[in-house]
Amino acid sequence: MVKKRLIPCLDVTKGRVVKGVRFVELRDIGDPVEMATRYSEYGADELVFLDITATVFGHAPIVELVERAATELEIPFTVGGGVSTLGHARRLLRLGADKVAVNRAAVERPELLTELAEEFGAQAVVCAIDSKKVGPGKGEVVTHGARKPRGLDTIEWALEVVERGAGEIMLTSIDADGTRAGYDLEITGLVCDAVSVPVIASGGAGTVKHLAEAFEVGAEAALVASIVHEAPEGIPEIKRELEEAGWPMRI
Amino acid sequence: MKIVLADYGAGNLRSVSSALARAGAGAETVISPDPEVVREADLAVIAGVGHLGACAEGLQKTGLAEALRERVVADRPVLGICVGLQVLFEESEEGGKGLGLFRGPVVRLKARRVPHMGWNTLSLRGTPSILDGLDGEDVYFAHSYSVRPLEELPGAEVEHGGPIVAAVERGALAGVQFHPERSARAGARLLKNVIAWSRSA
Repeated sequence: MVKKRLIPCLDVTKGRVVKGVRFVELRDIGDPVEMATRYSEYGADELVFLDITATVFGHAPIVELVERAATELEIPFTVGGGVSTLGHARRLLRLGADKVAVNRAAVERPELLTELAEEFGAQAVVCAIDSKKVGPGKGEVVTHGARKPRGLDTIEWALEVVERGAGEIMLTSIDADGTRAGYDLEITGLVCDAVSVPVIASGGAGTVKHLAEAFEVGAEAALVASIVHEAPEGIPEIKRELEEAGWPMRI
Repeated sequence: MKIVLADYGAGNLRSVSSALARAGAGAETVISPDPEVVREADLAVIAGVGHLGACAEGLQKTGLAEALRERVVADRPVLGICVGLQVLFEESEEGGKGLGLFRGPVVRLKARRVPHMGWNTLSLRGTPSILDGLDGEDVYFAHSYSVRPLEELPGAEVEHGGPIVAAVERGALAGVQFHPERSARAGARLLKNVIAWSRSA
């Protein structure tokens, strides 16, 4: 039986991991590959590197980061943030990223998902969906750091991206993101029920209970940030608690 | 000892070569598109992601397919990883045809969630040398198709909407569906076993 995954997300800019609230007061908290290696040693199942300064994407540091991560890490990693063309995605995958996450580019040109899946296989293509609550059980897809509503229903979009070739969905609830009050279980559950690919719940994790709730509604994996950045050494304990609660975990 | 990764033009092989270098105390690892280098090495590895068809085509075009076939006939160690395992088999439901070194098709997974993505627990079948000490260990998978051998072979299975072949071994020919280079300690153990197995072959 496939295990549930705990996936720390590292926000990266100019080759460094940063922490901040909505792009302001960014604080340098370390080297991405060193931090990733530490998380891996503590039992993280997978990692996501998100280049949060999307406009300058493609500059040298992320390339260097992916090359180092590919050769040094012993667990899989996804790279995302501002991947806007087939060329970007191809470059990251060819450098050794296991998966690439596309968000806005998929909204603007959904064929990108198909092109990537044809070349690299669906397992290498993660579609990141940022969803904003617009009613009971209803979300709208947003981009540009949640500033731009796209007029797409979250569930319909999730179905479309799978149809077009995405092998995994990383679903972020914009309303819950940063709150530490738990994932948006309603939209997460609805997307998990609708699609056939694994769903990574994202946005809002504050406690172990929140992760268990995401698994309960069907998520295969939980993206975490602050709860592991503050105490990476707590990862084994988080996974043990989830296992004790009955979830299949890699211990 | 010399290990070669067959470079048939499909993406990044450095993750695998670094993992082999970590595992293989003193073994020299090279990435090469040269059939002669692939013929001569002590161990040849086929890795990569994507479609079986593209992989098979790349191997044919570069002349590597023939070199690999010769190795298999001569009982010299060959390891396939992920699509490199699939390409050792025959027809794929995804389209394309493998090298036919193992008998059996490559079929689309039937499970609630496809791709089969994440860590899953190995159950050993028989006593495959490359999986020594790995019964019950978790390794990382990321695939939508899997091999269905027609012969009964030593290897391993995992459970995902039914049993899936995770590894097979027949003499000096072996393959794994999971990614040892991304499977932490268990993956390193597999690669160490592979190196020992190819030394004794």
